[in-house]
Amino acid sequence: MELTTVWFILIAILWTGYFVLEGFDFGVGMLLPVLGRTERERRVLINTIGPVWDGNEVWVLTAGGATFAAFPEWYATLFSGFYLPLLLILVSLIIRGVAFEYRGKRDDDRWRGRWDLCIIAGSAVPAFLWGVAFGNIFRGVKLGPGHEYIGTFWDLLNPYAVLGGVTTLLLFGLHGAIFVSLKTAGEIRDKARGFANGLGIAVAVVAVAFLSFTFAIRSRPASVVLGVLAAAALVGALLMVRRKREGWAFAGTAACIGLTVASLFTALFPYVMPSTGLDVFSLTVTNASSTPYTLKIMTWVAVVFTPIVLMYQGWTYWVFRKRIGVHHIPE
Amino acid sequence: MDALDWARWQFGITTVYHFLFVPLTIGLSFLVAGMQTAWVRTRDDRWLRLTKLFGKLFLINIAMGVVTGIVQEFQFGMNWSAYSRFVGDIFGAPLAIEALLAFFLESTFIGLWIFGWEKLPRKAHLACIWLVAIGTALSAYFILAANSFMQNPVGFRFNPETKRAELTDFGAVLTNKVALITFPHTLAGAFLAAGALVAAVGLWHLIRRPGVDVRDYRSAVKVGAWTTLIATAAILLTGDIQGKIMTEVQPMKMAAAEALYETAQPAPFSILTIGTLDGTEPVWQIEIPGLLSFLATGDFNGKVEGINDLQAQYEAKYGPGNYKPIIPVTYWTFRAMIGFGLLAAAIALLALWTLRRGRVPTSTWLLRAALLLPLTPLAANAFGWIFTEMGRQPWIVFSQMRTADGVSPTVGAGSVITSLSVYTALYGILAVVEVGLLLKYAKAGLPDVVAPPEKPPLDDEDRPLAFAY
Repeated sequence: MELTTVWFILIAILWTGYFVLEGFDFGVGMLLPVLGRTERERRVLINTIGPVWDGNEVWVLTAGGATFAAFPEWYATLFSGFYLPLLLILVSLIIRGVAFEYRGKRDDDRWRGRWDLCIIAGSAVPAFLWGVAFGNIFRGVKLGPGHEYIGTFWDLLNPYAVLGGVTTLLLFGLHGAIFVSLKTAGEIRDKARGFANGLGIAVAVVAVAFLSFTFAIRSRPASVVLGVLAAAALVGALLMVRRKREGWAFAGTAACIGLTVASLFTALFPYVMPSTGLDVFSLTVTNASSTPYTLKIMTWVAVVFTPIVLMYQGWTYWVFRKRIGVHHIPE
Repeated sequence: MDALDWARWQFGITTVYHFLFVPLTIGLSFLVAGMQTAWVRTRDDRWLRLTKLFGKLFLINIAMGVVTGIVQEFQFGMNWSAYSRFVGDIFGAPLAIEALLAFFLESTFIGLWIFGWEKLPRKAHLACIWLVAIGTALSAYFILAANSFMQNPVGFRFNPETKRAELTDFGAVLTNKVALITFPHTLAGAFLAAGALVAAVGLWHLIRRPGVDVRDYRSAVKVGAWTTLIATAAILLTGDIQGKIMTEVQPMKMAAAEALYETAQPAPFSILTIGTLDGTEPVWQIEIPGLLSFLATGDFNGKVEGINDLQAQYEAKYGPGNYKPIIPVTYWTFRAMIGFGLLAAAIALLALWTLRRGRVPTSTWLLRAALLLPLTPLAANAFGWIFTEMGRQPWIVFSQMRTADGVSPTVGAGSVITSLSVYTALYGILAVVEVGLLLKYAKAGLPDVVAPPEKPPLDDEDRPLAFAY
């Protein structure tokens, strides 16, 4: 297999990892006001993701770095082209990350209330904007000579991309609610499960609309199969929620997110960022990539270190595997 | 001002701000790991209490370092897309490896360390903080390798077809002599910052709260002050070697550090200059003869090339243009870097003197110095970076690409001004919050501790968590 293809797949895997992992901690963050009525309940919610959210976030840094290393042209076009949405994402990630650490550092309701707002907005805004960004990557944007983005900020808010944003927002919300029901005990667990039940129907409607719209824009048989499997995984997850099998339900939403990313990337290949105008301006795995020498080095680094990272990250989830409830929160 | 100027200001502001937290994070992670190791080995509660106190300050600080670091990685693509296209084949690799090797290690094990006090066996928990520390150092190494490529590009060739720099030897990029010397120099700067903070917190408690936990705070001052002094020695040593390498690869930067316009042999070094730095006679100057020659070449009689000669050489080599950095900036930041660093060492030495033979300091003068102590290394670090980056101008990649050519061509001034304003406002607010929290917890002092068990208890599902947000 061409190394450019390998890196296309690796970057798809990094984004999958990011959305599956940070997807649920975004979900938990934005459900703070919905599932956490009291201060103790909110602390339970935050502590379900406390030990892991930071490690989850590194997936996006690695995806960004890997794109820079393997497809510098893509990195340059994407990040300079999507300037303002990315600024919003970065600001969200900043206030959110600081909020987790600083929220409990003063005993003051107003102080905590403000950080809660940072967590809620800092989770919901990126959850929505990543969907918008990927909608645009997939649909294609106005590219000009030198592969530069020549559209405006408002061009990025086209209906398909916004639908993509609504899909990721709701899907991450569902993923988060199911994660809460998996990781907590007592009343909060029931509340999360009930909420996931209700939200699930909205997610299913939006996700099916998004996938159909996607197939209409660009598809190949494999991408349709993956998309249908993604929908099936979502349905499976919803059935498992009803049967109170939270572990399976969580696996279902994780699979749904992973398969959706896989479906999009499969349809996109060999493009990484198609031009909606002249096709010569489109970015593909070949014209956006680094030299074979750089790709070879990066492949070795990835092959050696990715399994190690997966092992110790997996271990973290094992160490903190127990359910927590309000009675576990120290004063 | 156009988009280029705003993008440069944004890079400068976000980088200097990010780098206020980085040295403290790197240095404190090692010092906290050291304190926890001392506790595990001696079982002396004093070390556990110090671990908890400085661990808290470390966490308050690392949160800011992490979130401001995300901006750094994305900024290359957002504001400097032409640069990213030009060097992506080389520059992206250390960045990606930094994320894969260092960021994952840091962020995963910091979570395990924060929440794992009673969930992990004692030694496994200790290993977590060491892995965090190693992660911070690895991260520094890879980002410095990337930066060193910009100072001294190696291991690549320019491909006229693709019009970009392409990697030919990754080993050369990782063993760039600029990287190999900048790494220990930066690490030493980090230990200077962390040591100064630890010593200052100890001194403050000893003087302001006489009689409270004297034994413990004396240990803190000793650890901090000795770290500061050893770091200073390492900084001087590595800085000296770095100066000579810099003279070799970027002679203009060394000339600009002294505002040396005419080539001289021997070249003096001026501690201070009153008057303009435009090459005319200064009004007043204190000079040490031959010192610049020594800093640049290792020989008090060595020849140092002046700005004017270098300008002529560069014009001949790279075409017409202005190859001089902004001389007052390089001149003064170079002195500020050295001056603030040495000031920290002097205060640390004074602090150790007041502790001799079991004494406890009471001087309010020392207290004032103690309040200054944690700030001076941060200033030294910031000025050092401003010097090294501004001294490279007008190049973004020395001899290969000018800064003006690296900016994103399609990002308008409006977008950059928006993001610059947002970051500046946000960073300003967060700075107030962070300093407030650091002061609050530094003043609160040592916590009461109950040593966690050697092995985590297996039973008791309903026991509250040992640590929770």
